[in-house]
Amino acid sequence: MADRAEARDAPVVAPIGNKQASEAKMSDASANGGPVLAADGTPLKVSLRRAERRLRLRAFLLTAPLLGFILLTFIAPIGDMLFRSVENEIVADTLPRTVEALKDWDPASGQAPDEPVFRALYEDLKVAVAEKKHTQVGQRLNYEKSGISSVFRKTGRRIKRMDPDKPLKPQFVNADKDWGDVETWRVIKQFSPRFTDGYFLAALDMQRDAQGVHLRDEKDRIYLTLFWRTISLSAVITGMCLLLGYPVAWLLANLPARTSNLLMILVLLPFWTSLLVRTSAWKVLLQQQGVINDLLVGIGLIDDAHRLALINNQTGTIIAMTHILLPFMILPLYSVMKTVPPSYVRAAKSLGANDWTAFWRVYFPQTIPGIGAGAILCFILAIGYYITPELVGGTSGTFISNRIAYHISVSLNWGLAAALGSLLLILVLALYWAYDKIVGIDNVKLG
Amino acid sequence: MTSADDAFVVFDHVQKSYDGETLVVKDLNLNIGRGEFLTMLGPSGSGKTTCLMMLAGFETATHGDILLDGRPINSVPPHKRGIGMVFQNYALFPHMTVAENLAFPLEVRKMGRAQIEEKVARALDMVQMSDFASRRPAQLSGGQQQRIAVARALVFDPPLVLMDEPLGALDKQLREQMQFEIKHIHERLGVTVVYVTHDQSEALTMSDRIAVFNDGRIQQLDDPATLYEKPMNSFVAQFIGENNKLDATVEAVEGELCLVRFDNGETARALAVNIAGPGSRTRLSIRPERVEIGAKPDFNSVEARVLELIYLGDHIRCRMEVHGNTDFIVKVPNASEHAALTVGEVTTLSWRPEDCRALDAE
Repeated sequence: MADRAEARDAPVVAPIGNKQASEAKMSDASANGGPVLAADGTPLKVSLRRAERRLRLRAFLLTAPLLGFILLTFIAPIGDMLFRSVENEIVADTLPRTVEALKDWDPASGQAPDEPVFRALYEDLKVAVAEKKHTQVGQRLNYEKSGISSVFRKTGRRIKRMDPDKPLKPQFVNADKDWGDVETWRVIKQFSPRFTDGYFLAALDMQRDAQGVHLRDEKDRIYLTLFWRTISLSAVITGMCLLLGYPVAWLLANLPARTSNLLMILVLLPFWTSLLVRTSAWKVLLQQQGVINDLLVGIGLIDDAHRLALINNQTGTIIAMTHILLPFMILPLYSVMKTVPPSYVRAAKSLGANDWTAFWRVYFPQTIPGIGAGAILCFILAIGYYITPELVGGTSGTFISNRIAYHISVSLNWGLAAALGSLLLILVLALYWAYDKIVGIDNVKLG
Repeated sequence: MTSADDAFVVFDHVQKSYDGETLVVKDLNLNIGRGEFLTMLGPSGSGKTTCLMMLAGFETATHGDILLDGRPINSVPPHKRGIGMVFQNYALFPHMTVAENLAFPLEVRKMGRAQIEEKVARALDMVQMSDFASRRPAQLSGGQQQRIAVARALVFDPPLVLMDEPLGALDKQLREQMQFEIKHIHERLGVTVVYVTHDQSEALTMSDRIAVFNDGRIQQLDDPATLYEKPMNSFVAQFIGENNKLDATVEAVEGELCLVRFDNGETARALAVNIAGPGSRTRLSIRPERVEIGAKPDFNSVEARVLELIYLGDHIRCRMEVHGNTDFIVKVPNASEHAALTVGEVTTLSWRPEDCRALDAE
């Protein structure tokens, strides 16, 4: 045992068990609540971190390639895409002078702007036409007010013949009378900032006009209907998967290994067939002159004039997607059921419970983690599904993803597509959060 | 002994086969008396658990009848048999608290709230677990879970309780303590218990009678003392307690005793228990504690060489070579009158002919 004097002489040595030495070391810190010290006098926490640094570094290096890959191919593109939902640089970049000149103009005045603004527009357009960028601005603004695209195209063709020495406003109005319309200028002014909420408003079926932000007329609402349909159909599909998958999963978990392996192959078989092939097969089966309708007519259940419409509507989407997503429900259920020992149900029965009570009060509660995992998996996959609704959904059975795809590859309105995608992402996160609040995410078991 | 008339549980020529080719249980006949503690003891695969499962109703007998209180129960589903059961892994419902677990059998019997609470409290009190009513099974230790499992099997006052290796997962000390507790509960409640285990010391400690199972048959059914002192065949002698075995041929039968000749030509006398007659092979069984060092009158005496000595404090285990058998164990008490043996030394062993039982040769 070192006494106090020795401890002072050798301050590096501060054994934890030596109270006197510790007191001497920590006299300036708090004597009772100070940090625990390692044998060499450094705080234990620092010492521990140092000891584990190498381990952590190795763990990081092992995951670094994957991290890099994900950053490059997943996070970055998605971040860029999400950014497009608010980005609006094209107006400010192409028409910088006009944007500047429009600052003093108030759309509430009810008058088109004056000569200085048209002069700025003339200067901007001369440059834009030379760089062939005026049509892009026109297209961008056309998302907000149809017709503007042609205004820009027409004016672009006339700009060379305009005389900058004469007043420009009449010449512009002459080129296209919309230049005299307050609405055209209101749209340009509204979308001149570098960031916009216009895409998100459009994605929520809202618009901003002179009266402010409000919902579109009921007949013009597309996206809210689509969002609601996507959520409700996904819920129906998830419910169907659970109803059909639960008994199969139970069989899988309880049959002898030989039989259950065969059954498992049947469950996994759809995984090994191309999605497109499966979906096309449903087309063959479900169409009006298809196998199922022929069969029903054949056995006289329905007459030839009243063949069922099973495809190109919501029914088609539900049937085909339930089939495709079924394994995602069965597999988590199976893996959870596999861990429930048969002795629980036996115990319940020996205690006097009949088959139903034993199932409902003892077996079922123990499979809830599997149901949670399967339901989340199915629902989140369904909510973003694209190819199957596209092929069998017709117009009434398409999802929001189909609209996103349309805006990406057909209308080329990437900003709106990005806004719809962001909303979908927010929706899924919100559902996930709600699920965590209600069921608890710890209650999810994937295997 | 219980006759078929006043038996509470009767197995009458019961057979069980899973695959239609081999019998797991071969012609089982067993009467269990009311209030009896009967243990089915045997190695794994001997059919004891299958018998228990048939009684509980989770397996159906391929042939024969099982009667409970005089009533055939072959076609009665498990939940209507009213038999309490303690499972090997306890099978406490993990999503319910201890109190909910105990209330479960009462709730399915549609008992009133007040009555349920009272019975649950009484059952918890019985196993001294009253403070744990609101815990989940996962928050309990193995021994505590075991007590709850016992309490749950008893809470609805079943006349018969089955226990399937209930102490298998506990450590040695806790297992011995639980053996006494279960035994005491049995004595207090007077309930009939059928207990399955492969641990012979557990069976000897707790049971009124033990049925030793092997190869789908009951080899012997007796109280613990008889089973240990008077095994009727080689399997029982070998399975229960420690046993020395010597192979020999029967020379002649002389009343209760018989003369046997060992393979090295020497002869000895043994109690004729289970032998076919002169000329047949037999296996002699002698308990290590019945063998003494030194020659004695009227005893069988034999020369033996000391091969190994293991010091165990109160006694010394001594492995010897006797009649060519090198696994002959003698327990020498660590007392002053016993001279110390040394390895390699040749000494004389002796035992009473009545303690040497001539059994089947297997």
